[in-house]
Amino acid sequence: MSESVGKFLRQSALPHIWCPGCGNGIIMRSVVRAIEKIGLDQRKTVIVSGIGCSSRSSGYMNFNTVHTAHGRALTFATGIKLARPELNVIVMTGDGDCTAIGGNHFIHSARRNIDLTTVIFNNGIYGMTGGQYSPLTPFSAKATTAPYGNLERNFDIAQLAIAAGATYVARGTAYHAQMLVDLVVKAIENKGFSVVDVISQCPVYYGRKNKMGSAGKMLLWQRDHALPVQAADKLEPEKRQGKFLIGELHKSEAPEYTAEYEKLIEAAKGKGDGQ
Amino acid sequence: MAVEINRRYCKGCGICVELCPKSVLVLDEIGKSTVKNPDACIYCGQCELRCPDYAITVVKPVKKEEKA
Repeated sequence: MSESVGKFLRQSALPHIWCPGCGNGIIMRSVVRAIEKIGLDQRKTVIVSGIGCSSRSSGYMNFNTVHTAHGRALTFATGIKLARPELNVIVMTGDGDCTAIGGNHFIHSARRNIDLTTVIFNNGIYGMTGGQYSPLTPFSAKATTAPYGNLERNFDIAQLAIAAGATYVARGTAYHAQMLVDLVVKAIENKGFSVVDVISQCPVYYGRKNKMGSAGKMLLWQRDHALPVQAADKLEPEKRQGKFLIGELHKSEAPEYTAEYEKLIEAAKGKGDGQ
Repeated sequence: MAVEINRRYCKGCGICVELCPKSVLVLDEIGKSTVKNPDACIYCGQCELRCPDYAITVVKPVKKEEKA
């Protein structure tokens, strides 16, 4: 472990409890490196997580951390950001936590364009509870609750975020760990709701059920199926089949919620002058 | 040693063994990552970058002229 990573993780809590080969550790390192790269003040950075394997990350990260209720990480984060807009609030959430039980909070946080950074650990399965399928489990993929294949279509969480109003949307993978650092940096720097969807591997449930092999093979699957957005434009549609886009997918400008709220407070104060 | 492994942190997932381009690492008899061919290491850092358990540190050798 490099010194820089060690500084931002709680040494007393390590080694972490994630399964051998789980991508969560790789993603957490990339997030920590991004925070270090920007130089955020540890005391002014808040990590909020919900429930699930990925949400254990708040316990390992040496910042102000809150481990909240299932699906409600964004709700707590919204409260923290509104009360203390000067804090940098980063939400660590899983695909089940964010898009199933927390799906409503997700779209409304995007709609408000509140200045939060959401990192989605997308391994396409509920790992902690035993491998049930989530709204991001691909169609026809197997899970313990879908032994013959998933009948439901999955969300494209990036498209959902864009449609709901998020102003920065990117996708990375655990394999492209170095690229992920830059995506998280841009997500944190964006003044508005930012989403980074990170394709990750669960070798124990998703990998075993879908016969994908070892954790290393699952990482190589990510390498072979990821298509950088810059390269995708030059490819013919048939060569893009079965691949997913990675990189910066969307960036736009919109009024930010806490800034608008601050303006309202100032305006309301102004009305009361002289009384 | 070019690649330092914290055996307390290693869970033996084998990611480092599979991704190493020079076959420097192997899993030992109890399934933990260990350095077998230290001389083959090119310090690319692939193992450290993707070790999910923060068990690996790649130490680049200091050149002689820099030491002086």
